[in-house]
Parts: sequence; structure tokens; C-alpha cells
Amino acid sequence: MSNFSFALRDSGTMLRRDILHSLRNLAMTLSGLLVPIIMLVLFTYVFGGAIGAGLGSMGHVGSYINYVTPGIIIMTVGSGCATTAINLCMDMSEGIIARFRTMAISRASVMTGMVLGSLIRTMITVCAVFGVALLMGFRPTANPLAWIAALGLIALITFGVTWMGVAFGLVGKGPAGANSLSLMFQLLAFTSSAFVNPNSMPVGIRWFAEYQPFTPVIDTLRGLLLGTSIGSTSAILAVAWSVVLALLGYLWSRAVYNRNSVRYNVAR
Amino acid sequence: MMMIKTRGLRKSFGDHVVLDSIDLDVAEGTIFALLGPNGAGKTTMVQILSTLIDADGGEAWVAGHNIVREPDAVRAAIGVTGQFSAVDNLLTAEENLLLMADLHHLDRSEGRKRAAELLERFDLVDAARQKIITYSGGMRRRLDLAMTLVGNPRIIFLDEPTTGLDPRSRHTMWQIIRDLVASGVTILLTTQYLEEADLLADRIAVLDRGKLVAGGTPDELKRRIPGGHIRLQFADARELEAAIRALGDVPRDDDALTLQVPNDGSVRSIKALLDRLDDESIAVNDLSIHTPDLDDVFFALTDHSNIQKGATVR
Repeated sequence: MSNFSFALRDSGTMLRRDILHSLRNLAMTLSGLLVPIIMLVLFTYVFGGAIGAGLGSMGHVGSYINYVTPGIIIMTVGSGCATTAINLCMDMSEGIIARFRTMAISRASVMTGMVLGSLIRTMITVCAVFGVALLMGFRPTANPLAWIAALGLIALITFGVTWMGVAFGLVGKGPAGANSLSLMFQLLAFTSSAFVNPNSMPVGIRWFAEYQPFTPVIDTLRGLLLGTSIGSTSAILAVAWSVVLALLGYLWSRAVYNRNSVRYNVAR
Repeated sequence: MMMIKTRGLRKSFGDHVVLDSIDLDVAEGTIFALLGPNGAGKTTMVQILSTLIDADGGEAWVAGHNIVREPDAVRAAIGVTGQFSAVDNLLTAEENLLLMADLHHLDRSEGRKRAAELLERFDLVDAARQKIITYSGGMRRRLDLAMTLVGNPRIIFLDEPTTGLDPRSRHTMWQIIRDLVASGVTILLTTQYLEEADLLADRIAVLDRGKLVAGGTPDELKRRIPGGHIRLQFADARELEAAIRALGDVPRDDDALTLQVPNDGSVRSIKALLDRLDDESIAVNDLSIHTPDLDDVFFALTDHSNIQKGATVR
């Protein structure tokens, strides 16, 4: 077998390990699934009335759940990043990682396996959120092709954000540190078009909201699912940001992982 | 062939010199013990040779491969069992072994066979599907070593394999190590116990504060250590005085009515000592043999004369 197919096989092995971890850490896995659904319920029934009324005057048509569902999806992606960062950070303090480093296996496979596992978890959560949203009155107009495109874009941005989560997990000092670094993506969700129209924000924040990664992704999702106008560059920007985040996270993670540090020893 | 060879290996963490120009040669199919107290640099040595960290200077070859230029070839030849167990705590023993089998690219049935074999050999069959959290220290260490053996390594690094184990688990581990080397594997063992190095190793190197201070076979090493003695206890002061006249100037304890006679502990020299006392018709109440321990080794081999005994061996 070639190096590449070995790397693929090792990543597959590490993915199985990650899935087993998810099953053993059932409480954490389930809370990762439930929190976005709770957020959806919270935003729709608690804040929805007030925010939705404001959006109405900004020209948004339809109930607030139609507006907020793509935003909650992005929050789901962001919290998946935090889970990955925390899991990886805790994993790195275990002796097993030192063992992996002394074995003739693909070095990135530990991280690749975790990213793939996280991608699967997040996509399952995304489907659950869509399901609950539909029950709550979310009425997308998308045809099957647009649904596939939307899910593809969600997977792509998850891939990018998760690789960043891996990097955060590697550089974070302890699980708490890793978590606070990945809070960045939660904040990005709040300062995007996820919950309110950026036009209602003060100038500085509006400018930030328009140019940060999540806004084009959310706008594209809304366009695909609800038929709103996507804008000339949103789709391209959404894909570009996803790729850039993935590449940045991957290269950063690889550099940190390969840097000679035997953390498990220092930690004890 | 030398399975492990180092020349002038150096490592510092900041200003702290951890390894200072280490030369080692470990022959194929032997057990080599790196003996030293905590902080001597033993673990750092294992980490460098197992490609976990880089040395600052010097060169090293493992299984004939340069550790810097051919790390993957080194990794393919070695197995490492560290002092902190390298098992996946969320998986069962069986799953841990199958994970190793997958990472060594064994096919499914071969991997299952190997895992079953190792569970049997390391007496883990009953606990194979239990959570690792419920394992005793000895069981974890056995699983750790079993995982190392999945890939049939030619060289095994054992970093303090028995530290923290109860006496029974320690003996089990010693037997496992002996069986391994009998099968042709080369072992580099680090330990803080002279007894362990003595029992297992073909050659011992004594590491102290990053420097090799002595090396040789266990017997060569022990001959250089003056700590071994026989403790004789007498019924009364008269017998004690008579013994001192017969044996010369040896350390005495008048309250306990004991003498400490330097002795290497061999049957011949003990017999010679007893014959001598018998010739003078001196009755010995009690006799105990004290073999040198790590304290004695370090006192004999290192110059820490300005340091209190207790402080030397941390």
C-alpha cells in the first residue's frame, strides 16, 4: 500500500476510536445534540416575538423561525468546534497520544480521525435541528438539489471550523483554555446575520458582520433553503472562507502537533 | 550488532542540563538497564530514543536507523511502555489491542487473533471487556505492555515498568520481561531499583544528573559498591567484644549489641565469616544479610559528599 492509503487507513482507525469515545461519553455527546435544539426553542419562542417584530420592519418576510434556523445551524457548527477543542485537548494529556507518536503511523491521523468524527456528530445534530425546526413551523422552499447544496455547505464550513477547533485544542492550556479560544466562533455567530439583520447594527459592528466568515454562509443557506436573494458574492465567499479556515486550521494544527512537546509528561 | 547506539547525546530544558554527552551501546537480544534516581534523565533518554523529542546534540541509532533522519524506520522497529500508562482509558482492553492491531495494519482476523493471544498471555481475558477505570495498576501496566507487543517490536523501551506496582505485580512483570528477552527482543529498561536492574539486566549504566557515572555487568557494578554487609547480633557485651577482637575494626552498636561486617553477601564469604567466629567459639544470636541498595550505589559512584544522604536520592 502507498503512504497515502496508509494515511487513509490510519485516519479511518482513528475515526472509529473517536466514534467509540462519543459513545462512551454519552452525556457529553447528548448535550452537544440537545443544546442547539434548546437554543432554537429559546430563540423562537422567547426572543422570537421581539426580534421578529424588529426584523419585520427591516423588510424580512415570514416568521422568525424561518430567519433564525440557518443561524442556529451555524451556532451548532460553532459549538461543535468547542467540543472538538475540548476533546482533543483532554486527549492530548493522555499517555496514548505519546504512544501514537512513537508508532509508524500517519502523524495527522489522530487529528483527521477526530475532525471526521466531529463532522459526523455535527451533521447528525444539524439534521436533528432541522427536524425540530420543521416541527416548530420552519417552512423551507428548497428543492432536493438546493437541500443537498445547503447540507454540503454546512459540512464544508463545519470541516473548516473543526480544523480550527483542533488547533485550539492543541494550543489551549487545558480544556478551559481550549474552550475559551473556540468561544470565538460562538461570538462570530452572534455578530453575524444569524439572529438579526446586520443593517440594524451600529456601523462598526455592521461592517464586521458583513465581512466575517459566518454571514456569507448564513446568507447563502437562507438563499438555498428559503429562496431569499443570496447576493452576488455570498456563495463564493462562503466556500472560500470554509476552505481558508480548514487550511489554516490544518496547517496550524500540524505545526503544533509536530513541534516536539510531550505534554503528558509536563502535565503530571 | 548494536541495536541501540548513542554518541555524545545531549539535552537541556532551558538552563537545566538533563543529558550530558551520553554514549550507550546496547547489543541485540540483551536487557540494558539505565539506573538512576528521579530526575536523572532516564525518561528523557527514552523519549529521545523513541523519537518523542529531539536531542540538542549528538547522534543516536536505533535498529541501525538514525533517529533524526529516519524516524519512521525507528518507529517501525520499536515499542514503548512508559511509566505513565499509555492506554486509551475510554476503551476496553480488547478495543485497545484491536486499535493497535489496526494501526499496525494487520488484517481484521489476524488482529483479532493477536489480541486474543495477548489477552491470554497477560492474564487479561476475564477483564477484556471491562472499563479500564476498574483496572488495578498491575493490570494497566500489563495491558500497556501487551499493546506495545501487538506490532512485534524488535526493540522495547520500558520506562520504569514496575514503579508503583505491588510486589506480586512486580514479580509478574519481571517474568514477562525475562520471557520477552528470551524470544530475542532487545530491551532498554529504566529503573530506580538496583534490585530490578540486578535481576534482569545483562548490563547496567548508572545515570546521575544527566551523566553516566558507571557502567558494566551487575556483578562488576556491585563489586564497586561497599554498601553490602552482614549484621551480627550477640547475646551480651562479652560476646560482642570477643567478636570485635576476632573481626577487627568494624562498625558497632553497643546498645543493640550488633556489628556491621562488610561482606558481598556470597555464600563463600558468609561461610568464611561464620567459620572465623566458630573458631573463636563466639555464639551469634542473629544474622542478617544486607545487600547494597540504590543509596549505596549512588554514594559509591557519585560525588555528592556535600549533600545529605536523604537529599541525594530524591
